[in-house]
Amino acid sequence: MRYSAFKIFTQGLTGNKGWKPVWREPDPKPEYDIVIIGGGGHGLSTAYYLAKEYGLTNVAVLEKGWLGSGNIGRNTTIIRSNYMLPGNEPFYEFSMKLWENLEQDFNYNAMISQRSILNLVHSDAQRDAFIRRGNAMFLAGADAEYADEAQLRRELPFLDFDNARFPIKGGLYQRRGGTVRHDAVAWGYARGADSRGVDIIQNCEVTGIDIENGVCRGVQTSRGPIRAKKVAMCVAGSSGRVAAMAGMRLPIESHVLQAFVSEGLKPVLPGVITFGAGHFYVSQSDKGGLVFGGDIDGYNTYAQRGNLPVVEDVAEGGMAIMPMIGRARLLRSWGGIMDMSMDGSPFIDKTHIGGLYFNGGWCYGGFKATPASGYCYAHLLARDTPHPVATEMRLDRFKRGHIIDEKGQGNQPNLH
Amino acid sequence: MIINHPHLGPRDAAEFIYLGDASLIDRPDWQDENATEKFYEYGYLRNNPAGEHQELWYHEQGDRSWLVVTRNTLTHEITKVEMARDVARARGRSK
Amino acid sequence: MTQVNRIDGGQVDRSKEVKFTFNGKHMRGFAGDTLASALLANGQRLVGRSFKYHRPRGILTSGSEEPNALVQLRSGAHQEPNTRATVTELFDGLKATSQNHRGSLEYDLMAVTDLMSRFLGAGFYYKTFMWPKAFWEKLYEPVIRKSAGLGSLSMKDDPDSYDKGFIHCDLLVIGAGPSGLSAALAAGRSGARVILADEDFTPGGRLNAETLEVDGMSGADWAAQAIAELAAMDNVRIMTRTTIYGAYDHGIYGALERCTDHLASADGKPRQVLWRIYSKRAVLAAGSTERPIAFGNNDRPGIMLAGAVRTYVNRFGVTPGQEVAVFTNNDDGWRTASDLAGKGVNVTTIIDTRDAPAVCDVPGARHIRNAAVMDTVGRKGLKSVTLTSGQVIPADCLAVSGGWNPNVHLTCHQRGRPEWRDDLSAFVPGADLPAGMAVAGAANGSMTLAAALAEGRSVANEQIKDLGFTASRKAAPKAEDEPRDCAPMWHVGESKNRAWVDQQNDVTVKDIKQSYREGFRSVEHLKRYTTLGMATDQGKTANIPALAIMAECTGKSIPETGTTIFRPPYTPIPLGALGGRARGKDFRPYRLTPSHDWAEKNGATFVEVGNWLRAQWFARPGEQGWRDSVDREALMTRKSVGICDVTTLGKIDIQGKDAAEFLNVVYANAFGKLPVGKVRYGLMLREDGICYDDGTTARMSENHFVMTTTTANAVLVFRRMEFVRQCLCPDMDVHLISTTDGWAQFAVAGPNARNLLRKVVDEAHDISNEAFPFMACGEVTVCGGTPARLFRISFSGELAYEIAVPARFGNSMMGVLMQAGEEFDAVPYGTEALGVMRIEKGHAAGNELNGQTTALNLGLGGMVSAKKDCIGKTLSQRPEMNRDDAIRLVGFRPVDRSLKLIAGSHFINKDDEAKMANDQGWMTSVAYSPSLGHSIGLGFIKSGHERMGEIVRAVSPIHDTEMDVEIVSAHFIDPEGERLRA
Repeated sequence: MRYSAFKIFTQGLTGNKGWKPVWREPDPKPEYDIVIIGGGGHGLSTAYYLAKEYGLTNVAVLEKGWLGSGNIGRNTTIIRSNYMLPGNEPFYEFSMKLWENLEQDFNYNAMISQRSILNLVHSDAQRDAFIRRGNAMFLAGADAEYADEAQLRRELPFLDFDNARFPIKGGLYQRRGGTVRHDAVAWGYARGADSRGVDIIQNCEVTGIDIENGVCRGVQTSRGPIRAKKVAMCVAGSSGRVAAMAGMRLPIESHVLQAFVSEGLKPVLPGVITFGAGHFYVSQSDKGGLVFGGDIDGYNTYAQRGNLPVVEDVAEGGMAIMPMIGRARLLRSWGGIMDMSMDGSPFIDKTHIGGLYFNGGWCYGGFKATPASGYCYAHLLARDTPHPVATEMRLDRFKRGHIIDEKGQGNQPNLH
Repeated sequence: MIINHPHLGPRDAAEFIYLGDASLIDRPDWQDENATEKFYEYGYLRNNPAGEHQELWYHEQGDRSWLVVTRNTLTHEITKVEMARDVARARGRSK
Repeated sequence: MTQVNRIDGGQVDRSKEVKFTFNGKHMRGFAGDTLASALLANGQRLVGRSFKYHRPRGILTSGSEEPNALVQLRSGAHQEPNTRATVTELFDGLKATSQNHRGSLEYDLMAVTDLMSRFLGAGFYYKTFMWPKAFWEKLYEPVIRKSAGLGSLSMKDDPDSYDKGFIHCDLLVIGAGPSGLSAALAAGRSGARVILADEDFTPGGRLNAETLEVDGMSGADWAAQAIAELAAMDNVRIMTRTTIYGAYDHGIYGALERCTDHLASADGKPRQVLWRIYSKRAVLAAGSTERPIAFGNNDRPGIMLAGAVRTYVNRFGVTPGQEVAVFTNNDDGWRTASDLAGKGVNVTTIIDTRDAPAVCDVPGARHIRNAAVMDTVGRKGLKSVTLTSGQVIPADCLAVSGGWNPNVHLTCHQRGRPEWRDDLSAFVPGADLPAGMAVAGAANGSMTLAAALAEGRSVANEQIKDLGFTASRKAAPKAEDEPRDCAPMWHVGESKNRAWVDQQNDVTVKDIKQSYREGFRSVEHLKRYTTLGMATDQGKTANIPALAIMAECTGKSIPETGTTIFRPPYTPIPLGALGGRARGKDFRPYRLTPSHDWAEKNGATFVEVGNWLRAQWFARPGEQGWRDSVDREALMTRKSVGICDVTTLGKIDIQGKDAAEFLNVVYANAFGKLPVGKVRYGLMLREDGICYDDGTTARMSENHFVMTTTTANAVLVFRRMEFVRQCLCPDMDVHLISTTDGWAQFAVAGPNARNLLRKVVDEAHDISNEAFPFMACGEVTVCGGTPARLFRISFSGELAYEIAVPARFGNSMMGVLMQAGEEFDAVPYGTEALGVMRIEKGHAAGNELNGQTTALNLGLGGMVSAKKDCIGKTLSQRPEMNRDDAIRLVGFRPVDRSLKLIAGSHFINKDDEAKMANDQGWMTSVAYSPSLGHSIGLGFIKSGHERMGEIVRAVSPIHDTEMDVEIVSAHFIDPEGERLRA
């Protein structure tokens, strides 16, 4: 069913009784060409691009819970391509371009809203690093803009310019950055994949990975065994647990990132704003809630909840740069489990096991990568070679000494 | 969270800094055969278990001791707290 | 306006009249009123507008679960959006305005959305607004954003202050209703340290709202007596106006105490306090929340929950209407009818969904069995209700009861899942409770007063016995078990018109059915697709009915359909309270250098360096800007002598027999053979082979070393060294202590440095070039016996020393040095001149040691000793970190010397296109060199060491500029190092 204003009109006149299910609820078939483990954003976009761009539709997406219940369902919805390193920036810019055409592509309004992202600068060294980054963005074909303090005072008069512990000296804008209605991304991809014949199987937990003589042959699930020519792990947050079924240890730790939303408010924030002298980033959703977050809690965990010190740290960061939000109230908080990798950058790669593929390690930046991650993973699954913008996202890079460390923090996942 | 320090009793986890898996104690010997491979595994690969996890915490705002905390990553329940130095010695480290 | 709906009775203080305004209208209430009860007393039924359809709304509840009666409280910078009238204590001068309407509350222009509602069903926006593409940000979204949201922020800095605190207890009792009071009494009598917290301003919970008796007295009287007993116990702390909003790990609870929200002005006191309560055990006695029944137009002002109607009558002496009908599926709804009748309120009709006899006798009321309300009339205030039979009953208030849900919220905060109990038709706490928590009373499904009182006592006793206390023998207070039969009914199927489930977000039964139809069937999909439960009330009255309606669609049972779990906070918490005092200049503490006072008096401009404040430059009269000052400081230092406070560098004292061996592990280069009295530059790697930090380490004696680190890494290096010491080398005889704050340290640099120091260092110490050459160190005394440490090290490239004295002498030492330097025209210099001189000398600093670069990149590859192990050695040998074309640190100067280099520009070869594939490296640091008279820079470029003299382009597309630069040695000044050895 194609969506349009006209459709809404005709359905409205007939009591909205004619809407069809957005996806089927198929039973698993005994065998597929490709089985994707994980019906989160990346898994669903992989399935979508496999079907749409590579013509592969004998594909199943296996989801333990409800589709979209991965980190696509719990994040702060920010999209941007303001990376610095050659291993990352072209990939994220590719993702940004996919975002920019996504709604028309999958005929679903995900409310992609390019209202800008601004990284505040508080010191000269930070300015130098951001100029380096902004220039790298240009070199990769993205946009960037450096705003000085005077410009920010005009544009964002509510920031604390005059009483700040760490003065605001400027900021790096990416005007094309912004936010997206995160759940709608999952639904749009699921709808597009389903309509092209992909089986999205919810409430189907993978309990084992069948490996015979070093080759992956399929998976065991809570709904029975499923054979597959290729099995694609796509379960960021749970990568450690799923990879363990294949006997793999990963350069990844699982950590919790808390995210927060305030009560609905009339518009106050134009775009995304991030604090440069503490951990705080914030945007305002179309419904009016301030959506914000900060640092990960910092300890290994699979419990989808965090603790108070980080909640307070995040609020302190918010009050430090915009004390006008003091009387807004925190409405909900939640915790998502992140694949924190050893250099802060992800993996889209084959594994050492034939027919078994890996996509993960997205740290807490996976949401913005959703389109490119799916596209590049689909490319890899279809062609068995990395997509040109994802050539560096390899599992063996640490062994070779090729590190993609944007923050320069080294092999300690909780620092990325 | 609260960590029951072997010497100082229960302390708020906010006094501590987290490092990671206690396997970081088991630093390979640089002169071993395959030292590079061993250091790669030591430096980069993690068991990352969903369940009991031995991990290193540093009492930065306290007595500066490193602790090995046994904590469940599904429930956050802490079942054991040891001085990392004792653990290191027990695992055969000396100088 | 007079209080037309005020009736006798209740617990308000009629001797204290309170004036307030609503939308500018002057009204009066009494002390003890909430804003909601006072509005009702004044006959104000219309209070707000709903989120999506801008439907006129009144007051639904009497508690924090309120979805409709949200107001903007106070004015100016104190303006507080989305404030629930139902929990706002009335104070004199209170100003409230309604929100989310264009035009007046009565005539909201946005109500047009209600007329178009058939086109605005669940998720309509996902299906349109896609064409043309550019219209989303330009047209559709701005319109949506403007009409969305509820209240407004003032956009002014929050003028109030907030505090934070920690408190500890044996037992935390959450909720001071019957079960909580009973629990607190039991635990308090045993001697345990108890905290009893309740969100209300008057403890007692439902006891204040009911006519039930306890121990032969009214519930409210019994509660007051219990509170009096508890207040007299030293071991009990009663916290009213305090919401326990979150259950965190290991018995830690978050609590928000509202200290001055009930006053006209905070008067300098903190508005709220955020408590972290560390409990050994907790009893959750949070009571239960009544749920509505969905029927056509069930959202009109005047339609209220039955328990709330009773609260207004019993507690506040206010009747929500003059002609009241009751619609119930359970016995409890009848109590509203009988209480109201008892107070003389006209209850005309009791509509019971059950085919059962009257629960009690309600004088003057008709009992209609086996019936339901299917529609209502009265857009801005209820006029009548229409039953499924078609019968129309006039009413200005309809009290609805769909049964009660235990408040299990805090039991879910650690991902515990509630369990369904068929006999209650409700979820109760599951087995997987937060550690240390037990649940009592209605929150646990013990729905009658007698059961709640008994369970409170027994659960508290079990908890404290676990902690080693002896339970008091005193029996539980006595009360009767009131009838609680309930026959679930979630919505009235016969309703033709929209029936609201989530009133604030305007989610109707039809929306839920459409969600099902479109495949959004899991509870999470339902919530996300329809926005059900996402409003400021967090679905407290909506979630369970919605789940039940979805269950009806799927044909599964409610527990099979799903559960709803809850996350913190229980009720919304102001961000100001979470931030506490950490805002403005107090966001983080300041660290001041020992010579801060001196610097302040001598014209320093300061700069934030981590938490430190350092002197950036010292302006002199007549200077036209910072460059003048910085140029002068650098030039004068190179010409004569300059002094800089370098205390912020990390200092670590290392002692023990194995100290040298230990340094060999933590540093890439060797320290074993460093002679006593000598300093060596040290390079530290991370275990992954990347450069981590650099500094100098001095051997003061055989087993005593003094290390310096960079300012930024002082804490981190110390932490890592402790890791090496305790975890990797546990048997080494070595001890570390951070002495960063213990010693004030000054760089004295320039050709006259020695001449200056000779005047300060006591004569007994020979500091001639022969006796104290470059890289010498030693203990000396200054100013006639003050102990000091002297290091002959140089960051500026000049003849230079660093002299350290105990920190308490730091400020006077600065004065002494400057005085001694007067004859040499000594200058103090700040971090800018320091930076200029280090760039002139080609020293790496933070921009180069950025955590991404190797020793090879920095031109320090030779420092990684081949003969010994060190942290990072093995992994630094990985092939791709040692590529032939690896980036190298070199110097740059503009071909056109008048141009200013730009830090952060990227290098592109002369004839290449400026794109990422051609990126050769980047400029890390730049400065204007007053000595050379032009801009200089450091940067990394591929194979830089082999490209001296080559011209490349430094492009900065973000500035829309580029320039030709020449690759040169990073050592712009004195490359042979003659000055520093002079």
